[in-house]
Amino acid sequence: MVSIVVVSHSKKAAEGIRDVAQEMGGDATIRPVGGDPDGGIGTTAPAIEEAIREASDGSGVLVIADLGSAVMNAEIAVEAVEGEIEATIADAPILEGTLNAAVSAAQPDASLAEVLERAEEARDLRKL
Amino acid sequence: MSESNEQTEVVLEVLQAIADRIEAEKKHLTDLDSAIGDADHGANMHRGFQEALEQVEGMDDEEPATVVKKIGTALISEVGGAAGPLYGGSIMSASQELDEGITAETSIAFAEAYLAKLQDRGDARVGDKTMVDALVPAVHTYKKSIESDDLPPLTALSKAVDAAERGVDFTVGIRASKGRASYLGWRSVGHQDPGATSTLYMLEEILDVAAEHLEGEIDRDAYSPTIPDEEPEEA
Repeated sequence: MVSIVVVSHSKKAAEGIRDVAQEMGGDATIRPVGGDPDGGIGTTAPAIEEAIREASDGSGVLVIADLGSAVMNAEIAVEAVEGEIEATIADAPILEGTLNAAVSAAQPDASLAEVLERAEEARDLRKL
Repeated sequence: MSESNEQTEVVLEVLQAIADRIEAEKKHLTDLDSAIGDADHGANMHRGFQEALEQVEGMDDEEPATVVKKIGTALISEVGGAAGPLYGGSIMSASQELDEGITAETSIAFAEAYLAKLQDRGDARVGDKTMVDALVPAVHTYKKSIESDDLPPLTALSKAVDAAERGVDFTVGIRASKGRASYLGWRSVGHQDPGATSTLYMLEEILDVAAEHLEGEIDRDAYSPTIPDEEPEEA
């Protein structure tokens, strides 16, 4: 099953997004990660890499990040697992994208490409 | 002592000098970052360079490229923010240009690879009010001074530092289009970019250490470009 890693500057935000998405995502593995080494607001590449490794069951990992540096650190983490774990970053709003991805990943036969596509569809979600 | 050990020693000297400078400027960098960012640049950079110092302990006999790469990975893991992947990732990636040791030629290749990785990762161009504004003129000036003007690397480096300083000044009057400061829009105008500033500090420290090891004139009379007649304090 494709797993999801949620990367936010705030660990609490990542956990909250996981909670919201998990409600719809059934058995999907969603791993939140965030915070800088001092426990403050930020992200680090090694923590994201670890989350990808922990989340992976061999079927691929989708990474969804919030702002600027979280995306850069996610890129470095994805590069670090290259050749070992199939991981890719979704260009999607973090909450809606994670929710979409979780619903998609809950289907055991969903591929990483399909989960990625569903996550990125969240870019077009209108609220009003 | 072999030549590569001597070069590694210089790399370690540079690291120590930068770590000391960042420590001294920690508050200043954070102050610049509180104006237009998230007020953590000084603390983040300080944490990263202290970690780098720890991680290179006992690496005196390693090749210079190996030590430079280690510095990059330490910065990636400890700096956080955008500066971690930007500084650390670019140093790590460019370190392979030094595989044959540090020469005028490989130092240009390192500088160009560093800049390319930085721009690829951060997607920033000159005028976006980022570290790129200090780095592009520095790298271009360094390359041109050596390749076209045939200047010794130390003189080229001093000109590059000077160019970086002008780049830092340039960031003050422009509106940020990348990074956290871009969220402020016009309110970012009038503030000096913290990333460009820390880039300048690093280049200044590289120059200081290089001056102890290389021959060449240090040409920084344009350091105060608005006072062209004033004699530089010392050459």
